[in-house]
Amino acid sequence: MNPFAYQRVEAPDAALHAIAAQNAKFLGGGTNLVDLMKDGVETPSMLIDINHIGLNKVLANANGATIGALVRNSDLANDPNIITHYPLLSHALLSGASPQLRNMATTGGNLMQRTRCFYFMDTAFPACNKRVPGSGCAAINGFNRIHAILGQTDEGATSAHTCIATNPSDMNVALSALDATVEIQGPKGKRTLPFSEFHRLPGKTPELDTNLHSGELIVAVTLPPSKFAKNSWYLKVRDRQSYAFALVSVAAGLEMDGDTIKSAGLALGGVAHKPWRSLEAEHALTGKPATTETFQRAAELAVAGAKPHEHNAFKVELAKQSIVRALTQASKGVEA
Amino acid sequence: MMQNQTSPTPKGQLEHRYDGIAKVTGKAKYAAEFTEPFPKKDLVYAYIVQSTIPSGSLASIDQKEAERAFGVIAVLTPFNAPQLTSAKPHNLSILQDADVHYNGQPIAVVLATSLPFARHAARLLKIQYNSQPAKLNFMGRLAEARLPKQGGKEQPGTQRGDLASSMTKATVTVDETYITPIQNHNPMEPHATIAWWEGEKLNVYDATQYISGVKMSLSRILNLPLENVRVQCPYTGGGFGCKGTAWSHVVLAAMAAKIVQKPVKIVLERDQMFGPVGARPTTVNKIKIGADAGGRIVGIQHDAIMHTSVMDDFVERSAGPSRMLYNSEANSATEKMVDMNLGMGTYMRAPGEATGTAVLEIAMDELAHKLNMDPVQLRLVNYAETDPSRDRPFSSKHLRECYTQAADRFGWSKRNSQPRQNSEGHKLIGYGMATATYPANRSAATAVVRILPNGHAFVGCGTQDIGTGMYTIMAQTAAAALGLDPTLVEARLGDSTLPKAPVSGGSQSTASVLPAIDVAAKQAKLKLSQLAIQDSRSPLYNAKDTDLDTKDGRVFLRSNPSTGESFTALLTRNGSQSIEAEGSAQPAADKASMTTQSFGAVFAEVAVDKDTHMVQVRRVVGTYDIGTLMNNKTGLNQLMGGIVWGVGFALHEETVIDPVYGRTVNESFADYHVPVNADIGDIDVSVLNIPDTKFNPLGSRGIGEIGITGAAAAVANAIYNATGKRVRHYPITPDKIMQA
Repeated sequence: MNPFAYQRVEAPDAALHAIAAQNAKFLGGGTNLVDLMKDGVETPSMLIDINHIGLNKVLANANGATIGALVRNSDLANDPNIITHYPLLSHALLSGASPQLRNMATTGGNLMQRTRCFYFMDTAFPACNKRVPGSGCAAINGFNRIHAILGQTDEGATSAHTCIATNPSDMNVALSALDATVEIQGPKGKRTLPFSEFHRLPGKTPELDTNLHSGELIVAVTLPPSKFAKNSWYLKVRDRQSYAFALVSVAAGLEMDGDTIKSAGLALGGVAHKPWRSLEAEHALTGKPATTETFQRAAELAVAGAKPHEHNAFKVELAKQSIVRALTQASKGVEA
Repeated sequence: MMQNQTSPTPKGQLEHRYDGIAKVTGKAKYAAEFTEPFPKKDLVYAYIVQSTIPSGSLASIDQKEAERAFGVIAVLTPFNAPQLTSAKPHNLSILQDADVHYNGQPIAVVLATSLPFARHAARLLKIQYNSQPAKLNFMGRLAEARLPKQGGKEQPGTQRGDLASSMTKATVTVDETYITPIQNHNPMEPHATIAWWEGEKLNVYDATQYISGVKMSLSRILNLPLENVRVQCPYTGGGFGCKGTAWSHVVLAAMAAKIVQKPVKIVLERDQMFGPVGARPTTVNKIKIGADAGGRIVGIQHDAIMHTSVMDDFVERSAGPSRMLYNSEANSATEKMVDMNLGMGTYMRAPGEATGTAVLEIAMDELAHKLNMDPVQLRLVNYAETDPSRDRPFSSKHLRECYTQAADRFGWSKRNSQPRQNSEGHKLIGYGMATATYPANRSAATAVVRILPNGHAFVGCGTQDIGTGMYTIMAQTAAAALGLDPTLVEARLGDSTLPKAPVSGGSQSTASVLPAIDVAAKQAKLKLSQLAIQDSRSPLYNAKDTDLDTKDGRVFLRSNPSTGESFTALLTRNGSQSIEAEGSAQPAADKASMTTQSFGAVFAEVAVDKDTHMVQVRRVVGTYDIGTLMNNKTGLNQLMGGIVWGVGFALHEETVIDPVYGRTVNESFADYHVPVNADIGDIDVSVLNIPDTKFNPLGSRGIGEIGITGAAAAVANAIYNATGKRVRHYPITPDKIMQA
């Protein structure tokens, strides 16, 4: 770990003021950032502790939700109104990490969680465009079982653009399917980003995970009126029953009108650099009967264009099977 | 969740772990936690720097900036480190030359006044390499496999009978290849050493399974008289084999402590546990079994190829169980290896038997299906009454009872022999079974026992308690021989000044240490009796010592128990001196005339999700023939822990090496998966408790390893029964089931 300065702030304005310092980072739960600092992946010169600036309330009902950026994952997952009106979010949160980690991790921090790509997380690997821009990608010719199949940039191992990392969050997948909005405060005031525009695909700048600008602070995540409270499912496929990142995960929400799907939200985790929401699949579900055939068609559309690598070809089929299963579960109702 | 035999604690056994309260209250100190007898403020923290290339040599290390960093005391590299007596063996040698044999090899150490300072300075070293092409491809180089060398000699395989001729009699044949991955031990407590010097005398706290081995290694490589080295380790937080030998960081701690003239502490980081401290090699096993129509095996051929380090050979004898587990007319088994630029291989819980049963027992399941025969029946048809590999009897073998008892406890009769017939909603349910086996090993050991004037006793032995219950059964054994309540016995171990005991590995401590304690305690009891009969004030004056016995802290006439007195009365009257005796025990002189071996039968039920292909191990039932179980709580717990390892072997554990850089990619507990609580269903462990007194007078065999054996294959076979999919490549992850 490099030496760094530490400053505790008591209000959002103070946080914004402090973050102006060179190479400073906000410290929330620290469950990801501090690990990466110990291993030399993150090397901030200053940590600004924002755990005492407020922003730790959940306001939720059927008409919407506002989740403060510093709400802990445990508190959010166990909030009675979230469980009632946005069970998909609660379900996804409880699928992630461990109780101890969820007790510390924050909503904003989870949005900023970095990839679990082995080659990003270990500085002994010389090539990682995300960690050292321009250094290439060791994952392309390495062990890429956990990597992306959709939306990645593959221009070869030596290209400065190549990145096949995935976003590891479970919460983000649910927020994507729920069509959330991220509220941001910056030096120039407040702005909002639709969830689909918050995280980025690697494109030609794989070092950037999100469209949050330097000096900005996430203050809240908001949710539109609840549509999927009765029919949603979060399915996480992983190598063990708990405490493992997703090979593939599916957040599925259905708004039902009898046996017909009135509207749908569908996003995948573990397959791309960002939560992979499929508007094509959602569109294909809308107005259709909730049948296996409908779900299979949605699944095909959701993974259309997938380009697997040497060790992760299984993800294409696994994602399709998982989508059909998650939609089936969702259609049967939350109690299924 | 987990179930054990629920019987009351047998007489003479401690109900609870001797060290349980010390452990749960944090009073038990592990190697890295000591802050005395040296001044705590003097402690120097070491951080090991590892290579980032797999093959080549160090060209230079610029350490100026690191040395200038705050808190740094010294930086040692191959370019400035003192010379050891020998650059070999590779597991001990450190900083002796500039060669790099694997990615992650220790190449420097930073010594500082705190660990964070040392870690930070390590990043400031500027290291230049001369890279060489590395041997990193294993599966593509199987044709290069060679025989292993030990003591400079090639170790050939074993052959019995005429395999080709016998195989012509087979009506059914299984001929498949089974693969097991590299695994790392990962005990909860990482390796840790504190070393300090008192003049020419070296003291070490070390997290180890073998204090005497560490002492001998340090003496040899540092050229110190044996008596100048003391090694202590009162508690070991798991070992599983990787702490069975000293590794280079122990030498490094001693070397650094000498240079800085202060106590030096080295604790390996979790990621440093992957490479420098040994691993279970990957194995590829080509197994061919032929049987006649009645299921009688006519031939078994098992050709195993494993990886080994370019530095030295380590043989994972995965063909071992195929040599001796079942009768067969002919048998051929070989182990060969392929050199790789990786860290050394080493013993890992049930070395050979864990991998061997994991692969052979799937092949047996495949054979049973081809024969349309119950897998238990197939094993009974080929039951080996005597050891077929050495043509000699077993000291005691009751495997048949294990099959029967475990099958009964499991409900095996409800199994549908056809796969993919049993489902509950989205889950496919399957049953599988396998045989467990591990040798019963024993070595020479010595112990000391004292009867104290206050009526208590002391037992000491230079053995280790690696979480297994050694303290507990030491106290029990001394108590039983002395005629004392076991709660009145103080046990000490983990100090090389105590009488010598073997490594806590190879499941041998129980059978080695307890007989020595039994001898020592009986000797102490005899001395006590002799004191009484020579004491004119004793009611036992002039009795014959052979007529005396002891019980509940009293020595008395066997023919008239009311004639006697308490240990306390006798000793107090005689100057309040303790009575002390040493005792030694060693394997029987005729041990080559028989095979001493433990056996078991393990059954598993799994539920496999039809869509996600995730496996839930719902139940495991294991019944073991392990001689006398010395303590119910610690013994059943250890067998259960072995089964959990078996589940991890089946479903989770795999060390993944990057094909280009040769570096472990998943060197953390987040990425190197072991079972979590949610992965483990009900575990039912039982033992036959039939004493093996031909093996040792107490009739007990070690149980550290047998629990893992067979368990992986039982799970694999249950997955086949559930899904109809045969996965022959561990670990059995969801993608492999989906694609099978």
